[in-house]
Amino acid sequence: MDFLNAVVQGTLLGGLYALFAAGLSLIFGVMRLVNIAHGDLIVLAAYLGLTTTVVLGVHPLVALIVVVPAMAGIGYVLQRGVLNHTLGDDILPPLLVTFGLSVIIQNALLEGYSADPQKMDAGVLETASVALGPLSLGLLPLLTFAIAVAVIAGLQWTFYRTPLGRAFRATSDNQDIAQLMGLNKRHVFGLAMALALAVTAVAGILLGIRTSFDPSVGGGRLIFGFEAVIIGGLGNLWGTLVGGVILGVAQTLGATINPGWQLLAGHIAFLVILAVRPNGLFPRISG
Amino acid sequence: MAQILQLDGVSKSFGAVTVADGLSYGLAKGEALGVLGPNGAGKTSMFNLITGTLMADSGRISFEGEDITRMSAARRSRAGIARSFQVPQPFTHMTVFENAMVAATQSAGLSGREAERLCIDVLDQTELLGKANDRAGGLTLLNRKRLELTRALCAKPRLLLLDEIAGGLTEAECTSLIATIKSIHASGVSIIWIEHVVHALMAVVERLIVIDFGRKIAEGEPRAIMESPEVQEIYLGIEADA
Repeated sequence: MDFLNAVVQGTLLGGLYALFAAGLSLIFGVMRLVNIAHGDLIVLAAYLGLTTTVVLGVHPLVALIVVVPAMAGIGYVLQRGVLNHTLGDDILPPLLVTFGLSVIIQNALLEGYSADPQKMDAGVLETASVALGPLSLGLLPLLTFAIAVAVIAGLQWTFYRTPLGRAFRATSDNQDIAQLMGLNKRHVFGLAMALALAVTAVAGILLGIRTSFDPSVGGGRLIFGFEAVIIGGLGNLWGTLVGGVILGVAQTLGATINPGWQLLAGHIAFLVILAVRPNGLFPRISG
Repeated sequence: MAQILQLDGVSKSFGAVTVADGLSYGLAKGEALGVLGPNGAGKTSMFNLITGTLMADSGRISFEGEDITRMSAARRSRAGIARSFQVPQPFTHMTVFENAMVAATQSAGLSGREAERLCIDVLDQTELLGKANDRAGGLTLLNRKRLELTRALCAKPRLLLLDEIAGGLTEAECTSLIATIKSIHASGVSIIWIEHVVHALMAVVERLIVIDFGRKIAEGEPRAIMESPEVQEIYLGIEADA
């Protein structure tokens, strides 16, 4: 029973990790940019959510109405203003610049919000649960997982069924030719980052409801995001969801054996999969 | 007749290598111009300068009366300039239809049914309709060449730049290509065509220019140009090498 419970809870936790990872996956897929600041952007979104709930006195989920467009706007400006200038044949500049960005965000949050752990109050949502046979499932983890599935489905639909998605894929495929087809790649990349950070906003708010956070927790979220992306296979969004679930299940199983093993079990699962399937479980077919 | 494209003293060099050296010529609306020249003469670079992939060091390029010398490639594409590549460069992870749709939606600015209609018509014209849902990366060379033309046409160009599109085709394929290009030309699209397959070129174009070392060395009525000593020398040279 403990085992089944751990698997189910881990699966639901995996939804959150998939949300951490989806933005990373999207950015890497479209512009081959590895965003080291991604975890800190998640934390930034959580703080924006906190400020919104405090200032406007609204529920954290309602704060999404403010934080999602705000993060999308930040994403577009960040891409057009900074990150586009780092992209080129060399992958080092974007790594260094996003690393710098990570430091800047962390310190700005420390300055603005102090190092004290914060948490968003979501009222009954935090404790409500539904009974499923012998299991008791928290409403918040269930909601998080449902949102993750919806977000991934939405991104998948955007990528394969809309003109914007075609623009993303064409630019990802061959930037120079895309330009000759009338696509302004700087604008396309701006839109991709906007979309990625809109997803990050959702991830940040759900993180802030689930656990307490402080300016230093971004790094850990970044690692979980990376692990989920790589387990699932680069460039495969549904794979990213599976990667998140595997990571979540490994962590909760580890924690049932010994609370200290939670993170370790996740990393071990990641390393084992990386050793057995270096391209992840569902790599995008390349041609 | 009004000019659709005008190059005035366009130059471009990479270090000591000059790919365009004071190139000047005009193209009338609805005209088909052929471009000849030995390999490495700067023909493809000239296309890159017209489409905005390369920016001219000096000189001026205007399209439909507007100065486009500093305009980005994306804006030139939307303005009505499209090209095909000598070495086909499809979006390999996307289907043939999606490749066409990128041009129809982004370059021609169409949407929804209208864009789909155009893509289907063009794919039918270029004999790729049966492959519409195939991944572009898996196409044969002939079909990749057809896709180059398809994408260029789906951009609804007013100026079409063709880069050695007949190279490597069989005689029968070449004949059907010539018919297709003639019908595109008849619909009012202005064309500049770089081609080594001279008979294909001669069947379509109304005027020829010859380029060597980035300079225009001859210009005029096709038959007269083909018989000129400069061209004889270049092409006899090529024949001897081949």
